[in-house]
Amino acid sequence: MSLWRQLARGLRALGNRAATDHEVADEVDDYVEHARAAYIARGFSPHDAMRAARLDIGNVTAAREQVRSYGWENAIETLFGDLRFAARRLRTNPGFSIVAVITLALGIGATTAIFSAVNPILFAPLPYPHADRIAAISDFGADDTPIDVTFGTYRELAARSRSFDAMSVFKPWQPTLTGGSEPDRLNGQRVSADFFRTLGVAPLVGRDFQAADDRPQGPNVVILSDALWQKRFGGDRTIVGKSITLDDDSYVVAGIMPSHFENVPAPNAELWAPLQYNTSFTPDSREWGHHLRMIGRVRAGVTIEDAARELGQISRARVPEFQRVPWASLDRGLIVSSLQHNVTRVVRPALLAVLGAVVLLLAIACVNVTNLLLARAAHRHGEFAMRAALGADRSRLIRQLLTESLLLAVIGGALGMLVAEVGVRVVVGLSPPGLPRVNAIHVDVIVFAFGLVVTTVIGVVIGVIPAVHASREDLRFGLQRASVRTAGGHGTTRSTLVVAEVALALILLVSAGLLLRSIERLFAVPTGFDTAHLLTMQVQEAGRQFSRDSARVRFFDDALEAVTRVPGVEAAAFTALLPLSGETDTYGVHFEADREAKDEGAALRYAVTPDYFATMRIPLLRGRLLDRHDVAGMPRVVVLNESYAKRRFPKGDALGQRLHFGPDDGQWYTVVGIVGDVRQSSLSLGDEDAIYLTPSQWHWVDQLMSLVVRARGDAIALTPAIRQAIWSVDKNQPIVRVATMDELLARSQANRHFALVLFEAFGVVALLLAAVGIYGVLSGSVSERTREIGVRAALGASSGEILGLVLRQGLTLTAFGVAVGLGGALLATRALVVLLFSTSRLDPLTYLGVIALLGGVALVASSVPAWRASRVDPAIALRAD
Amino acid sequence: MDEPNTDVIQGTLDMLILKTLSLQPMHGFGIARRVEQISKGVFKVNPGSLLTALQRLERSGWLDAEWRQTENSRRAKFYSLTRTGRKQLDIETADWRRRTAAVARLLNAEG
Repeated sequence: MSLWRQLARGLRALGNRAATDHEVADEVDDYVEHARAAYIARGFSPHDAMRAARLDIGNVTAAREQVRSYGWENAIETLFGDLRFAARRLRTNPGFSIVAVITLALGIGATTAIFSAVNPILFAPLPYPHADRIAAISDFGADDTPIDVTFGTYRELAARSRSFDAMSVFKPWQPTLTGGSEPDRLNGQRVSADFFRTLGVAPLVGRDFQAADDRPQGPNVVILSDALWQKRFGGDRTIVGKSITLDDDSYVVAGIMPSHFENVPAPNAELWAPLQYNTSFTPDSREWGHHLRMIGRVRAGVTIEDAARELGQISRARVPEFQRVPWASLDRGLIVSSLQHNVTRVVRPALLAVLGAVVLLLAIACVNVTNLLLARAAHRHGEFAMRAALGADRSRLIRQLLTESLLLAVIGGALGMLVAEVGVRVVVGLSPPGLPRVNAIHVDVIVFAFGLVVTTVIGVVIGVIPAVHASREDLRFGLQRASVRTAGGHGTTRSTLVVAEVALALILLVSAGLLLRSIERLFAVPTGFDTAHLLTMQVQEAGRQFSRDSARVRFFDDALEAVTRVPGVEAAAFTALLPLSGETDTYGVHFEADREAKDEGAALRYAVTPDYFATMRIPLLRGRLLDRHDVAGMPRVVVLNESYAKRRFPKGDALGQRLHFGPDDGQWYTVVGIVGDVRQSSLSLGDEDAIYLTPSQWHWVDQLMSLVVRARGDAIALTPAIRQAIWSVDKNQPIVRVATMDELLARSQANRHFALVLFEAFGVVALLLAAVGIYGVLSGSVSERTREIGVRAALGASSGEILGLVLRQGLTLTAFGVAVGLGGALLATRALVVLLFSTSRLDPLTYLGVIALLGGVALVASSVPAWRASRVDPAIALRAD
Repeated sequence: MDEPNTDVIQGTLDMLILKTLSLQPMHGFGIARRVEQISKGVFKVNPGSLLTALQRLERSGWLDAEWRQTENSRRAKFYSLTRTGRKQLDIETADWRRRTAAVARLLNAEG
């Protein structure tokens, strides 16, 4: 009841301040009147009685204020008063306010945007129950990088391991959906039965896959994603149990995944069908190919490390029931990590580096705003002294300053949220193709809270420094100083902050510079072929009509024939593996020459039509290229790349060697030629072992081939004509992933590029902020030292000398900043090493360039105040005030 | 500094106000005068503190206030004790008695 009364009275007082004030004034006046009457009654003269009454109550206004100031509503009123005052102060100095708000908005906005992007990828748990129990399992590839496992390995682990609740393997699947207006090539996955159970999710409608679905010649069943269900079937629940047509086969829809299901292992997948591999197989079957990704859900109470140890033991201890092949011997064990770590492995260094960069940027922004506030506080000594003299106590002044900086921070924070919204979109737009969980990136509640906390902390921090600064001064002294501009106040704090700012900017710029150098060097790496005027696209044959291999081969032959006839096409070829496309396809190799070695390693398999080398302009070094006569039934021949041949046959006798490639079916391939090295996965990776052969001499027929076309002019302009040419052979074949080779080249460096673009942007902002900082401190210092400069000028200092004086001050600050920053950069660039390519993190050219750049910018920023100082007229300066 | 201290003992102003109002409703100056008279001038109430205290006590629900005509037909804000105010007075009086008794015992204690 008392609380209610407090609230009601407070609200009434707030709502009708005038009446409340009036009432208080009346009561005080009454009191005086009663007291006066009492004094008269005691025999005072009316005049003396009034005096005595006034004396009793003291200062009437003070008494009114004292009575008035009781109640919670007054705290709110004071706050509003402070806010109004702060807003007025900020308006009277728009230059300062705009720079401060923009600085904060950029700092907070960029931090929030980057945190928004990085959080769901690296830090937030994957969107599955007990996501920390989902492990990814890979085999060891060449140079110890993880590669996909074989089905044979999966079968053995699933049978022998005891650490897992469920395990699953899966591979990409790109069926063509017909039955709608036009054929639609979809992205899907072939998965073993426990795929969804391993992730811990279940279909919203219908049923999950069962073991009975996942066997050879099992039923054709499919589970749809919510997006595909909505897009193609209008969200109709009765589709479950009905048939749809994929690749001319009929599939029964078994279930539909919930809309919140996020498929982290393959974000694009829209539908799933059972893997249906054989559980008994010979060494030459696909079940021994390294093409399956594997995940497992460890049992409750078992850590991923425990599971890794168990899988390690299984790898070492062979059992007779599970025979292994040399290329999946598990001699080196298995790579086991959390699924999250597995999907972020490639992007993690870039993301962490960008996160570090944005933290630096935020630090610079904070330092800059603090500096601006300090500079302004220095100009307000007079005002503070005056207000203190009029009775404002110290805490009141501190509160006022805090309100001002909080207001700045809140406005900056609000704008920062806008920047973050835009920034997140930019980041997603720039994001490298392999970035996992892109759809989960948005400015969410957590990030908003993060932004808000950052804002508030900055507000308090930058608010306290000037407030402490201001209140530490002797205010009376300040009152004098405001009118006497002497050579006082060196602003050590501000100079220190500028030094910090320059140092932070240097770290960012050095990092950006190192990345830039790396990218330059990367693009200077020869790809091994001519990327200009090269158009690429994927052509797939789908449907029953291709169930016979001869029909498949004929389709690709006819299509190639048609493409070659298109005007503007210089040469064209099909390849099963497109360089720099991000694909890999490796098979085990066994040379006849070395009988002993068990684990032979693997090589990339390029099944190419004979004109491939001419189209790509890959040089022939020795022997001969593949030609039209190398077809099925003729002696099998292969072409090796140069570094592979040199490594395996250092004596230069590679030609004529015989080898098994892929499954051993008793027939040998003979090496007939050696061609130049080509970068397959990335410019930064070393030369990869490659084996070229014609499609018809490979063990199976490829369904999916990439077309490469060498154009005489603009490659991309040929696209429609080439499509028409292929469709003139068969109009039902989907053509996807059309891109020029130059685009693929850029995309292959997307992670570095992503980091570079952000670092460059942050670097430019940091440079600008540092310039603003230097300018601010120097111009503050010049206006404080006007009198001193005037005296110097009067005593005969030339304007050149005064110019030098100020410039020297600016450059000294910069030099200190550079010295500190160099130390910081030496430490900070350690984190960057993974992203660098044949560039030392101590690359002297980068450091010198950045120092020169910073020096130049500092010179420009100093020159304006310096010029102003050199123009000081001693007569005016000395007479000022 | 030879003048005797007439400040109200810290923390007792509320109790003095409540006690004074327990006899009859009164306005601010009336309360001040009554305290001064009954204490025979030992305590002089500071008007600012008094009016602020009245505001606070009213907010706490121990006092009611209304504007009324005084005997010489002037308007004044009269305060009266509420039921919770009366209870509060009892509590504060008992507390005060307990504490002064303790102080007295301490002062009277021999050697």
